[in-house]
Amino acid sequence: MINIHEVVETNQMIEKENLDVRTITMGISLLDCVDADLSRCREKIYERITTRAKDLVHTGKEIEKKYAIPIVNKRISVTPIALVGAACCHTPEEFASIAKTLDEAAKAVGVNFLGGYSALVSKGMTTADELLIRSIPQALAESDRVCSSVNLASTRTGINMDAVRLMGQMIRETAERTADHDSLGCAKLVVFCNAPDDNPFMAGAFHGVTEADAVINVGVSGPGVVKTALESIRGGSFEELCETIKKTAFKVSRVGQLVAKEASRMLDVPFGIIDLSLAPTPAIGDSVADILKEIGLEQPGAPGTTAALALLNDQVKKGGVMASSYVGGLSGAFIPVSEDQGMIEAVRAGALNLEKLEAMTCVCSVGLDMIAIPGDTSAATISGIIADEMALGMVNQKTTAVRLIPAIGKKLGDVLEFGGLLGSAPVMPVNGFSCEAFVAREGRIPAPIHSFKN
Amino acid sequence: MKRTIITVVGKDTVGIIARVCTYLANNRVNILDISQTIVQEFFNMMMIVDISASEKAFDTIADELAQIGEEIGVIVKCQREEIFDSMHRI
Repeated sequence: MINIHEVVETNQMIEKENLDVRTITMGISLLDCVDADLSRCREKIYERITTRAKDLVHTGKEIEKKYAIPIVNKRISVTPIALVGAACCHTPEEFASIAKTLDEAAKAVGVNFLGGYSALVSKGMTTADELLIRSIPQALAESDRVCSSVNLASTRTGINMDAVRLMGQMIRETAERTADHDSLGCAKLVVFCNAPDDNPFMAGAFHGVTEADAVINVGVSGPGVVKTALESIRGGSFEELCETIKKTAFKVSRVGQLVAKEASRMLDVPFGIIDLSLAPTPAIGDSVADILKEIGLEQPGAPGTTAALALLNDQVKKGGVMASSYVGGLSGAFIPVSEDQGMIEAVRAGALNLEKLEAMTCVCSVGLDMIAIPGDTSAATISGIIADEMALGMVNQKTTAVRLIPAIGKKLGDVLEFGGLLGSAPVMPVNGFSCEAFVAREGRIPAPIHSFKN
Repeated sequence: MKRTIITVVGKDTVGIIARVCTYLANNRVNILDISQTIVQEFFNMMMIVDISASEKAFDTIADELAQIGEEIGVIVKCQREEIFDSMHRI
């Protein structure tokens, strides 16, 4: 039988160390909402989402009460809209009207984000894919809760540089169209290499075409729990360090598994995966950067950071995979700058720059995340940064992503304030040398060789 | 049988257990196990209970116990046992 110390430990994690379930995300297929008539298609989409997910938020709250564990977000991901709208959208504006429908549906069911305004173009773009991509600035400016993602590259197909070039322009345009709100649109837009079909985390969640009609995916978190556990073994060996992280990750993930199973049962929607990510929030004590400091770094960005992060990421997975038979999504430590108080401090202290962050993304999920760059950064430079990150993912057979926020009208040292879970981002310097001629080349970068690995 | 864990955390004062137990008895909640400890100078009590014979729903019991906690200046929490089982048992 459960003893009092175990009960106290669990409740301590919840009350003092910010243990929570970060998101219950319901994936919903919209493939059969395809229609040659745009308004009919929009009706079907609205109907499908509001029917399928009508109990999602309520169920989440009920589970919170049952176990007294906070479930921070209830969200929805849908089939990439480039596929759903292909038959009826012939202009970017028509695609953007679907984003409005998604936004209305999200508000009607009470979820805080809905992901899937997406296109998968790692090898080539269909006409519809390109129209959707060109509609992203308008779609994000005119909606509140819709998130957009584009898969630009994969290990199997290489990097679609035409799409990379286009996304550089679209990210800039999105920033410009939402300049009044600190370029907030870009916080809801992410580009990927090797995007997973079952990611529950925003902004990159979409319901892949390999998925069933509906599915429940759950993202767990708990940087504060890992940090507190490590405090108790200060000065310990690497073995102790790894054991402690693994055990903690196991416990945290088991809570996610329990919540996922319960949500799946109550909503009568199959359970998909648990995403074992360490996802920080701007709250004090909920920081991945603080774990890196606890491991022994003065600031994230100091020499040793990549090694410490590699260790952390690997141990979280090793502990987590035993907690659930179905692990998927991004599953790794997130290092978003704006959403992690410790990361923001490291940037301010001059310890962390874009190049070091890029190195760190080689060993963890997910990528250059929530990074504000000067407002005068050119589209080509943004594309160059994206191409670098895509190359890391492609060669290392992992998911990488880029969520950059060009801070329109702001310069180095200024701060973008998003509020809530998105936090605030200090504008970081970008290498000023040009990659214009490289990005201007047409076509794609071929897939890497899959043998002769050295 | 689905068991529920009730925890009481707060400053030690006279009558905490009595108040909680009276409520449980009045609502036909059966106490299976009870233990207590002091953590960082705070009184911690845990009860494992069975609410299946009670006419009240889990939600109601949780709310009413929390209310009693407020009255006597302690935090009373009700949680389904599964969260502890899944976290601490392989």
